[in-house]
Amino acid sequence: MTLVTATWRSARKVPLDRGAWFLVLPALIPILLLSVGPLLYGILLAFTDSQSGRTEPTQWIGGLNFRDLLQDTLFWESFRIGLVWAVGVTVPQFLLALGLALLLNQDLKLRWLARALAIIPWAMPEVVVGVMWRLVYNPDAGILNETLRDLGLGDGRDWLSGLATALPAVIVVGVWAGMPTTTVALLAGLQNTPRELHEAAAMDGAGAWRRFWTVTWPALRPVALAITALNLIWNFNSFALVYVLTSGGPGGRTRLPMLFAYEEAFRYGQFGYAAAMGCVMVALISVLLALFLVGRLRGGDES
Amino acid sequence: MRTGIPARVGQYAALLAYLAFLAFPFLWLISTAFKPPRELGSLHPTWIPENPTLDNFRQAFDEQPLLDAASNSLIAALSAALIAVLIATPMAYVMARRRTRLARAATGWVVVSQAFPLVLVIIPLFLVLKNLRLIDSLFGLILVYVVWALPFALWMLVGYVRAVPSELEEAAAVDGAGRLRTLVSVTAPLLAPGIVATGLFAFVTAWNEFFFALVLLKTPEKQTLPVILTHFIGAEGVADLGPLAAAAFLATLPSLVVFAIVQRRITGGMLAGAVKN
Repeated sequence: MTLVTATWRSARKVPLDRGAWFLVLPALIPILLLSVGPLLYGILLAFTDSQSGRTEPTQWIGGLNFRDLLQDTLFWESFRIGLVWAVGVTVPQFLLALGLALLLNQDLKLRWLARALAIIPWAMPEVVVGVMWRLVYNPDAGILNETLRDLGLGDGRDWLSGLATALPAVIVVGVWAGMPTTTVALLAGLQNTPRELHEAAAMDGAGAWRRFWTVTWPALRPVALAITALNLIWNFNSFALVYVLTSGGPGGRTRLPMLFAYEEAFRYGQFGYAAAMGCVMVALISVLLALFLVGRLRGGDES
Repeated sequence: MRTGIPARVGQYAALLAYLAFLAFPFLWLISTAFKPPRELGSLHPTWIPENPTLDNFRQAFDEQPLLDAASNSLIAALSAALIAVLIATPMAYVMARRRTRLARAATGWVVVSQAFPLVLVIIPLFLVLKNLRLIDSLFGLILVYVVWALPFALWMLVGYVRAVPSELEEAAAVDGAGRLRTLVSVTAPLLAPGIVATGLFAFVTAWNEFFFALVLLKTPEKQTLPVILTHFIGAEGVADLGPLAAAAFLATLPSLVVFAIVQRRITGGMLAGAVKN
């Protein structure tokens, strides 16, 4: 949270007067009514039997939704898939983005082209990304199978509806879609590393690998940690990509928790139960993330 | 620092591999959009259409209300971006210049709102909007988009405000300019490029948004482009590839153009907001 503290150092401590309230309220009221309020309301809903289109009044049922959820093997399977997806996307995304950022930080000729191309996945609607990769993966008219056939690697397959290939196939799309943001963040971090240190290390005869670990990585670590943590959260909560690619199929193999909760809420109308799922998701992800960050930060203190 | 020739070759090879990986799906989308049905059904699809055609585009407009969808998307994205920037700029100003509990809470909210799964937000929002009779209404969607764009807008704008030295404002005050006068004639012009960049970014995010639109809009005539695109994919997951590709290509163009314009500023802004200490 260095970002937050940075804000405070540069600002003066003055209580808000009437003029300042006048500046704040236009944004504050919508935030309270349409973001903070609904979030709290959503948490409360998790303890009710709220359903869509029901005429009887909604009742408090305490922790019943959560007790049901504990027994719900389908939900836990979906949660497991969500974790596999989030880690499976975030890790390659980070490694590939780091490689690209290191390349873009060099004096290479095609840098401008790479920067321009990196915009494409970033700017595209997620739905279009999904549509596009469906065309790539298409068993007959798709370019992937055609390339495999050309290379003599067999007839290819129906990637998105194969039980074994569906999850890896959507993970590749997730990596592709999220690479630009991660690359830009890492590139920003790289440009903050002191050039003189690099040159001094090179003078002392340190090889590229050595220079990376002793000079670049320590400077890059805060940015790397922040973007990885954010990516884990964003990926775990992602929806549109997989909705368009497989809608959770085949046989639930790609049913991320968000898809599961969406169906529960808006196909079956179980608002209370779906809200409970949302609570469990945010609670468990916070715990996992806290463990990850504490582990990483401690690892840094020792080295 | 000198890099040896083998290392340079390796670097270029890696860069080319990245370029191919980033570009090929998009090239394939364009290729598919211009192929006639016979080539789409062929078992040996080619990169470059042998008989390029615009039929897919015509068919896409015939099959789905694309024009309605585009105008819905445009209205929603434009209004959301305008309103978000209009209300976020003053608040960001206060957050950047004053150290108060409120500003601290707002920063906390910006961070926390990133972590919550949308499903926990959309269910109560759905119930609230239903009571206000704003389900299946573009206005309801715009309200949601405004609030949804605020965390990022505030984040960016706080960074831009901090980049404007407060000494400038103090000098204006010494010269006798009132508070509002200082804001309007000293601070605002310096902030303008940042405000525009933030607004354009909010536009692209709203233009691309899918989940809220899927839940909140029911009638096809009221739906936005991303939702309409999914209608090209049938219940069994079978899609009419040509029109689907054509429509997807068209839906992407505005985002690409706007994004190409603001990308540099956005990366700069994220830096200002995130890395500066």
